Amino acid sequence: MTHFINLTLNGLATGAAYAALALSLVIIYQATRLVNFAQPAFALLSVYAALAVTQLTGSYWIGFAAALATGLTVGAAAERLVVRPIARVSPLNGIIVTLGMLLVVQGVVGMVWGNEQHGFGYAFSYVGRFSPADAFAVGAVAAVAVLLFLLYRFTPFGLRMRAAAHHPEAARLSGVRVGLMLTAGWAIASAIGALAGMLAGPPFLSPNVFDTVFVFGITAAVIGGLDNPFGSILGGMLIGLGGSYVSGYLGSELATLSALVIVVVVLSVRPDGILARPTARKV
Amino acid sequence: MSTTTGQRADRPTGAVSTPPQPPGRRGRALPLPARNLLAAAAALALVTALLMVTGDLTALRLAAVGYTFLALAGLQLLVGGSGQVSLGHGAFMMIGAYSMALLVLHLPMLPLATNLLIVIAVSVIAGIAVGAATARLHGPYLAGATLILAVGLPGIAHRYHDLFGGSNGLNVRMAGAPPFLDGIVSTSQWQALVVWFTALLGLALLATVSAGRLGRRMRAIRDDETAAAMAGIPVGRTKVVAFVIASAAGGLAGGLQAYVLGTVTPSSFSLVLSLTLIAALVLGGIAGLWGALWAAFAVVYLEIWASELAETLNLGSDVQNNLPLVLFGVVLILVLRFWPLGVQGALQTLRARVRRS
Amino acid sequence: MPQKRRDRQGIRGITAAALALALAATACTGAGEVGENGGVDLDVAPGVTDDSVVIGAHHPLTGPAAPGYLAVSQGAAAVFEYVNAQGGVNGREIDYRAEDDAYDPSTTIDVTRELVIEDEIFAMMGGLGTPTHSGVIDYLNDEGVPDVFPASGALAWNNTEEHPLTYGWQTDYTKEAKVQGEYIAENFSGESVGYLYQNDDVGEDSQAGLDQYLEEEVVAREHYESEVSDLSSQMAELDRAGADVVVCSCIPAFTALGMLEAARIGYDPQWVVSSIGGDTVTLQGLLEEFTQDTDAEGTSADAFLEDTLITSYMPRVEDEDDEWAQFFTAVYDEYGEGDRITNTHAFGMTQAVMFSQVLMSAGEDLTRQALVDALENQEWQGPGHVPFSSSDGDHGGHEGVYVVQYQGDDRIEMVQGPRVTDREGGAIEEPEGFERLLPEEMEFHD
Repeated sequence: MTHFINLTLNGLATGAAYAALALSLVIIYQATRLVNFAQPAFALLSVYAALAVTQLTGSYWIGFAAALATGLTVGAAAERLVVRPIARVSPLNGIIVTLGMLLVVQGVVGMVWGNEQHGFGYAFSYVGRFSPADAFAVGAVAAVAVLLFLLYRFTPFGLRMRAAAHHPEAARLSGVRVGLMLTAGWAIASAIGALAGMLAGPPFLSPNVFDTVFVFGITAAVIGGLDNPFGSILGGMLIGLGGSYVSGYLGSELATLSALVIVVVVLSVRPDGILARPTARKV
Repeated sequence: MSTTTGQRADRPTGAVSTPPQPPGRRGRALPLPARNLLAAAAALALVTALLMVTGDLTALRLAAVGYTFLALAGLQLLVGGSGQVSLGHGAFMMIGAYSMALLVLHLPMLPLATNLLIVIAVSVIAGIAVGAATARLHGPYLAGATLILAVGLPGIAHRYHDLFGGSNGLNVRMAGAPPFLDGIVSTSQWQALVVWFTALLGLALLATVSAGRLGRRMRAIRDDETAAAMAGIPVGRTKVVAFVIASAAGGLAGGLQAYVLGTVTPSSFSLVLSLTLIAALVLGGIAGLWGALWAAFAVVYLEIWASELAETLNLGSDVQNNLPLVLFGVVLILVLRFWPLGVQGALQTLRARVRRS
Repeated sequence: MPQKRRDRQGIRGITAAALALALAATACTGAGEVGENGGVDLDVAPGVTDDSVVIGAHHPLTGPAAPGYLAVSQGAAAVFEYVNAQGGVNGREIDYRAEDDAYDPSTTIDVTRELVIEDEIFAMMGGLGTPTHSGVIDYLNDEGVPDVFPASGALAWNNTEEHPLTYGWQTDYTKEAKVQGEYIAENFSGESVGYLYQNDDVGEDSQAGLDQYLEEEVVAREHYESEVSDLSSQMAELDRAGADVVVCSCIPAFTALGMLEAARIGYDPQWVVSSIGGDTVTLQGLLEEFTQDTDAEGTSADAFLEDTLITSYMPRVEDEDDEWAQFFTAVYDEYGEGDRITNTHAFGMTQAVMFSQVLMSAGEDLTRQALVDALENQEWQGPGHVPFSSSDGDHGGHEGVYVVQYQGDDRIEMVQGPRVTDREGGAIEEPEGFERLLPEEMEFHD
């Protein structure tokens, strides 16, 4: 029984990181209808920035702040300078250009910090079956989800962002600066991605550290439903728990396969994700 | 912008698909399939000539371009043709490669052609499975599902360690050139010829399909699924067929890769491969099969040239090691920014401009 | 539609003809039936000029496998620079070219072919990785390229019948595991043992050796995949099974991960680590961030590493009294790329020293045959602590290991001297008549 509990706790902690990454992907998708493959790269850059700042100042939390700031800046810059001119022409090209950014950022990180591994600490103590660090992970992601919900639902800014995403023309006519809202969406999403990075990065950083995490993040976003932030949380937990149980009872090499099975099962029953609202198609 | 249908002949009539000839006009022009095969034969002659004058290293790389071209052509049909964005094409290549390796390992007496046919059969089954599972998915959901396929499939190689060789994969000694060609053609050259022969045959088939009724149906689905359904096109079935064609091409390409390299490991078919394939295809031009050719060259040669550039620039080792990666990404971004239709699109624009002036 | 039917008939006809042609061309022989190979000519000297000799290697310099292996080529390069600074070997400078294969066997095949055909390397030295090097070993042997000292402990390098030009170097995993097994059986008798191993030939070959001595005491066998950076379920299982001793046949990233995970769940076994995963300098670097909640807060990672037993065959950089370790540190300080020297660097450096030595023995009239003859007749006296074999049908390289224990403060103590054995059920013995030369005494440069 304790084994099951341990696996559950493990799954929740890893699931939190997946959920955060899924959340960042969903926000960008909601804002610009694009899947941002460069998200793990932005997270990577943010975490390495935190590493550099922590080494300089000796404080984890200043580094944490640096990570979030880096995420904000990089996300905004990417949307404004790289993605917007290209996605205008073709959405597929928009997705592929994010792949290009992924390669560039990953390569630059390798150039600057090398391909060796760097130890990178957790937010709090990592000791214990469900450690303070794990609790922080789950708590932080839950807090972010709630904050986002409040932002979108109850603030004028959030209203403007939603308008820009769903009805750009009408929004523009109402005086919403659509372009700015898109950039803001990417910025916020990448900041959340940076958070995901800070949670998933430890213990050892290297330029390829987020490769698998990212795939699980996308999977979580997809099964949760790309139109619903809470779906990301649900999706992340599902993938995290599923992987944990499979690793614990069947073998760690089957963890990715288990994600595949979950995806196939969920999407067969609900092709738009678990929490998606069925949309009527205009004929 | 007209959709090129991948006609490989250099016809003065241009790159647009010609409508089917009315029955009275027979003998006026060859039917499209025959034209495609003739073009394929011409291309094969060109490749053979090229191989004869270059060495074993180029032969290896030309072979790589060949099977990558085949894989990308299948992907082009799926993504550019039927509008289903698949990020898991590497998985089909992996299936084909492992099938080939296992066949040669356990049944070495089977001739190569038989092996390739079996590989195609296995890939078709895989394509049916994946296509059926994803038929109801669209856009990012399809992309996500195929992504996790690409990442999850290597896990089977780890799980069934004894059969698939686990992380170390399988190493197989492949037969070289047949005895009657000994001394005339080296093993590498022979292998490259086999690859290009198969690939060009496959391409002729793909081009014919793309120009025919199936191709038209796929493009209709790509443009508007509901309208296509209302026009009487069996949407689900056509989408699965598209996947089957892509998986057959990808699997065959993987089988050819195993044949040339003699080694298959899970790490060769990582997520990076699948992402590189789709990125290169968009770079080359996703509208038609020619784009797949440029993409194949990009996949094989960009990294090599970038490494050589890095070496000549003589920078610090961290910079040097990562330069190819950065360069590929930068090239991708620049091409997409300035030539949204990819290299093929840029070439077509150039040709149109030249013709106009 | 008549046109379509004609289309289909046309395409079927031509396809059939093409297939028939293909079948005819290839159906004579099975795809797996390989013909006899003509002998290779070794009286050649590609890549050799009057003042230089080109040697090549393939290493993962980028990609997920690069951390941990990058240092090997850096170390080797440093030694070759030192050798060249002394005037080279027999008047020739060594031009060492390590190419990046990102641990992808498809890339290894391409870079190896490029090295052989375009760079015209004289020999390959230290090709790294089992799956990667396995893809090119046939090619190298077929092309007559001496394949000297592949960097991996796989048993496959010692196969003189199929690969006569391949000379192994690392003590293979089974031999090392046998010594580990015997040491544990003698010094921890009665205690439960758990295995943590990489799920490939490392794990398979290691278990073959360990089981010869520990089959009764094993309570858990946990494996990991190098692509999955998570050991939580494995360590939990080892803890549950009550393993007092954990034998870790792992690479440093996973040794560190395992120790970290064990600390997280409050599990404190006796760690016995193989040479591939036992570089304490690398482990320190990885673990020093995580001492915050353990007893050794604020200090180095000794809290994790103290009392760890490690098997080794090379000189270790933590051993201050070892003259070769001192030599390596000095060379690395001058010619290396900054950063602390680790045992991974020492791996590459030891390989480079031994290669330079045998190159020297091959003489001024340098051909591949001369190199092979030198390898077959070389009397090896270090820098490793164990005897080395490269002749008489045994290309196994280092023949055994010694055991050290980490004492903290970057110090190690040798708790069992060098032992040699075979990869089957043979006994473990102390080597006889093995004398190590000092750096000044060994002839490996002009």
